[in-house]
Amino acid sequence: MSPLMLDRRRLLLRATSLAAVGLLPGCDYNDPKHPDISDRILQFMSRFNDRVQAALFDPHKLAPTFSENLITNPPRFNAFYDIAQAPEVDPLTFRLKVSGLVTDQSAWSLDRLRSMTQESQITRMTCVEGWRVIGQWSGVPLRQFLAKIGADLTARYVTFRCADGYYSSIDMPSALQAQTILALDFLGKPLTAPFGAPVRLRIPVKLGFKNPKSVTAIEVGNTYTGGYWEDQGYNWFSGS
Amino acid sequence: MPMTNPGPAKIRAIHPLPLRIMHGVNALAIVTMIGSGWQIYDASPLFDFNFPSSITIGQWLGAAIAWHLAAMWLLMLNGLAYLIWGISSGHFRRKFLPLAPRKIITEFAAALRFQLPHQSGVYNQVQRAMYVGIIALGIIMVISGLAIWKPVQFSWLTDLCGGYFIARYVHFFAMSLIVAFIIIHLLLVALIPKVLWPMIAGGQVKEAP
Repeated sequence: MSPLMLDRRRLLLRATSLAAVGLLPGCDYNDPKHPDISDRILQFMSRFNDRVQAALFDPHKLAPTFSENLITNPPRFNAFYDIAQAPEVDPLTFRLKVSGLVTDQSAWSLDRLRSMTQESQITRMTCVEGWRVIGQWSGVPLRQFLAKIGADLTARYVTFRCADGYYSSIDMPSALQAQTILALDFLGKPLTAPFGAPVRLRIPVKLGFKNPKSVTAIEVGNTYTGGYWEDQGYNWFSGS
Repeated sequence: MPMTNPGPAKIRAIHPLPLRIMHGVNALAIVTMIGSGWQIYDASPLFDFNFPSSITIGQWLGAAIAWHLAAMWLLMLNGLAYLIWGISSGHFRRKFLPLAPRKIITEFAAALRFQLPHQSGVYNQVQRAMYVGIIALGIIMVISGLAIWKPVQFSWLTDLCGGYFIARYVHFFAMSLIVAFIIIHLLLVALIPKVLWPMIAGGQVKEAP
């Protein structure tokens, strides 16, 4: 090999490694309000993945269900705070607020939620971190709740706001999937504070962080509302 | 037997242009996938170790997943293009076949004694086995990755991998074997540096008349 060629090779290698080092660690989503060039590429790809997942989503496809002996007990706690800091919501004064594209905006007490038909299921909750638990949740199918409040079922988003400041939003087709419930009970007993008392969203067709706990308000609308983790860079659709 | 004059031997590239482009794209995609995959692994390790964040891509889980799910398109589309090109151009048939299991063993033994000569443009049996193996690993990687990403919509893939829990291990071990391949691949390039430039510029080899 001629010395010239060797130099060209070295130069090329150096140039590519420099480019790789310069580009790759750039995106950390450290400052979502001021995205750099690689942040913008990744955000574009994440929006693209939202559309792909929406297209892949089969509303009739049921998430797998499991037998009772596979239930993870005790369940695994996970939140953006310590277990001792989970919000305590008084079940007697609790009201679930409803707003947006709905005909009946009256708030819901727990008794009123419990008076509706309850659905029970043993499903897998998959965390974005990679681990999974299996649990038995029961509560009000969200599609029946949405029908009851006269929600516009052609709206794009259903947003959930929580007692701990957490929030998240989901697409309407996933909200209407048969296994998506407003869970009130775990293993036949009312939810406890760290696990979302008094009511949480349980949606087996999405990752764990799309299952907001201690929900206090539900909004139906066509404006994108993001979410606590989604606004920091997690993929919004995050379907399973 | 007297042979007719074959005329001047034809000169062709050792590695045709489409292959070089796809090799480069794949290198970029696979480094991004592995680096971000290590950071994702760290969020919920399968074993009693973590990958140091100095060698991962994306400094936290959200960024790593964003890299992983962006680069996966590059990897899958490039991989698909490679399979289609490899089959339709006859590249796989010409370069990888025939594969003789017994010859793989004898040539592997020769390679370990540094007695397997390198022939430009021709893959020995060990190379053939390695390249066919790495294609199979790539397919396993994509299947187990989709099984983890979409355990509901692609539940049949998840079942194929033995369930969600086991699919993560399949994905991890396939990654480990790919990393082992890359290490050997780069060691061999370091050992026989003349093979590097043709993968970038194409190189020249006389075609057999």
